[in-house]
Amino acid sequence: MEACAVIGVGQTQHRARREDVSIPGLLREAATRALQDAELTWKDIEAVVIGTAPDMFEGVMMPELYLADALGAVGKPISRIHTAGSVGGSTALVASHLIHARIHRCVLTLAFEKQSESDAMWALSPTIPFQPQLTAGAGGYFAPLIRAYMRRSGAPRHIGHLVAVKDRLNGLKNPYSHLRLPDIDLARVEASPMLWDPIRHLDTCPSSDGACAMVLADAAHAKRTPRPPAWLHGGAMRSEPVMFAGRDQVNPRAGIDCAKDVYAQAGITDPRRELDVAEIYVPFSWFEPMWLENLGLCGAGEGWQLTEAGVTALDGDLPINPSGGVLCTNPIGASGMLRFAEAALQVRGMAGEHQIDGAHTALGHAYGGGSQFFAMWILGSERP
Amino acid sequence: VTRRIAVVAFAQLPNVRRDTEHEETELVQPVLNAALEQAGLTRADLGFTCSGSSDFLLGRPFSFVSALDALAPWPPASESHVEMDGAWALYEAWVRLQCGDIDSALVYAYGKSSLGDLRDVLAQQLDPYYLAPLVPDSISLAALQARALLDAGGCSERDMAEVAARSRRDAQDNPYAQLRMDCDVDQLLAREFLVAPLRKHDCPPISDGACAVVLAAEAVARRCCARPAFITGIDHRIETHALGARDLTQSPSTRIAAEHAGAFTGTFDLAELHAPFTHQEIILRKALRLGPEVAINPSGGALAANPMMVAGLARIGEAATRLSRGDGQRAIAHATSGPCLQQNLVCVLETD
Repeated sequence: MEACAVIGVGQTQHRARREDVSIPGLLREAATRALQDAELTWKDIEAVVIGTAPDMFEGVMMPELYLADALGAVGKPISRIHTAGSVGGSTALVASHLIHARIHRCVLTLAFEKQSESDAMWALSPTIPFQPQLTAGAGGYFAPLIRAYMRRSGAPRHIGHLVAVKDRLNGLKNPYSHLRLPDIDLARVEASPMLWDPIRHLDTCPSSDGACAMVLADAAHAKRTPRPPAWLHGGAMRSEPVMFAGRDQVNPRAGIDCAKDVYAQAGITDPRRELDVAEIYVPFSWFEPMWLENLGLCGAGEGWQLTEAGVTALDGDLPINPSGGVLCTNPIGASGMLRFAEAALQVRGMAGEHQIDGAHTALGHAYGGGSQFFAMWILGSERP
Repeated sequence: VTRRIAVVAFAQLPNVRRDTEHEETELVQPVLNAALEQAGLTRADLGFTCSGSSDFLLGRPFSFVSALDALAPWPPASESHVEMDGAWALYEAWVRLQCGDIDSALVYAYGKSSLGDLRDVLAQQLDPYYLAPLVPDSISLAALQARALLDAGGCSERDMAEVAARSRRDAQDNPYAQLRMDCDVDQLLAREFLVAPLRKHDCPPISDGACAVVLAAEAVARRCCARPAFITGIDHRIETHALGARDLTQSPSTRIAAEHAGAFTGTFDLAELHAPFTHQEIILRKALRLGPEVAINPSGGALAANPMMVAGLARIGEAATRLSRGDGQRAIAHATSGPCLQQNLVCVLETD
């Protein structure tokens, strides 16, 4: 396999409503920044791989057809990925396969959501024949899983709030962050309205307009790129079924298997020690401790203890979501790619105020569906 | 130099005008099982699975999530999905196989075109700011393209009717096709226009269907299949979305994809072209330089059955099946997406 590296990263200013730009305008803001970072032009891009969550969010069917012009894809290959909430991660991985397989030398990958075009809560609560209707959006789906986690692990109720505060404080150091809550503290989170017990308003992610773009390239390109590349050390996707009684949605096997796969590819045997930083998909605060366990970064039932002890804080020994994560910025289709891209910024030493000193190995993580679709990659500052 | 990957199995549902009895899981499961059985593989043998479908057709988000249950991915599978025709899912799987660490992959696609008014649903693919609000439906846009081709002298209405008659006649040998009949070209031309210059026969049927393909690297392929159809080249390209900026009488993206797929290095015995409209077959034949010696759409093509998101993948499956049973040595398969052939994929298949 050819080596693959991230040589350019770009993202938009994320906001609740980006009424100043069209859908293509939003994507070009991210893409232009990624190209500038790589010091490349549209002509250098051989293929485009784009991802977004359900087309219902913008009301455009298969928007890659319309976006071909804005993405400089005319006369080139463009593919459109959709793997639910994990799509931003899966899209980057599909793009990396084009490099690994030596089909292309330089690929632009993007993900976006312009959620202000519709109502994501509505789009996530469809009436499906022969299935019980989910009328409460994603929070209504995930709250019972969180309660099951609390019962299993004995985690005290304030753990989620700690994550809500930590990620919002991290987000203040990220100039692209949507939510900026300088006054946030535990009392404010505890006083915010209950949405889906135990998820309070400040425990949940926002609904954002935003896009993310990355330029992926082969070793020859990466060698002559002006800024440090982030080398891909491992990438994997796993999916599990909807209707299967053997599933454990609190600690899904697809996540466990996916993590084992990327660690093995990257030669990582002790991820807690060997990872310097992780950007993981935490749309509701409690998912930080849940994913710590699922990712094998601690034992079952121990995730909340890491969170409580400050291990996952910016100055902890395993910082999680220094960018502020999904709790600060959530353009759904792009949220996974933002995790992958922030992991790249960390190992490139380009994360600015939220840079973790000496980050050489980083995990990017995305999940989707009913905790059933997983995409992950491990990036390193050194070529594998 | 690419790794030799072959199509070793293909299964499809009979295409029907309106399926009212099956949801997506039930559409996919039979074709997936049949394709794996044909290949003599189990789910545990698969290194990768990729599917193609569209939420808008089904009128709900995350339709593919339900379909995945047909795969019964337990233990969890390495799996991905494109919101495109299944032919692009096959491309993704082929790329994944090129990485060299896995040896087989499953590709499936499903589509229920009957659930909404397809002409209006497809109008939602258009530029949402300037074009979609005008709701130019898919047949009207195809009619503009046909008019441009007729005006440019690229074909006659009789040429178009002959494509329709040949497709539906050939479909009589395809038990999965939806429109299977002998028709007389003069009688077809005597009919009224649906959207001038298109008559009903120039347009595809509305179809519900599903299909699945198994891909395997050479060593596995030779165990799975007596005469595997190797993919010797595959590529896809897109054109501008602005219809007014395109020469609708040509398909430059098909030509570029064909060049990259190595199509022009030899002749073809047969072609399976995803041409939903009669005049589009004529445009594609020219772009691919296919002469009268090439059997075009022996399955009947999209004019005999056009399940959205499936019909492109089915072209690859149909072409491979015919090579594997000895109908020829080299075939070209094509898939399209978007209004007026905006995006095109070309796959060159060869047997030993």
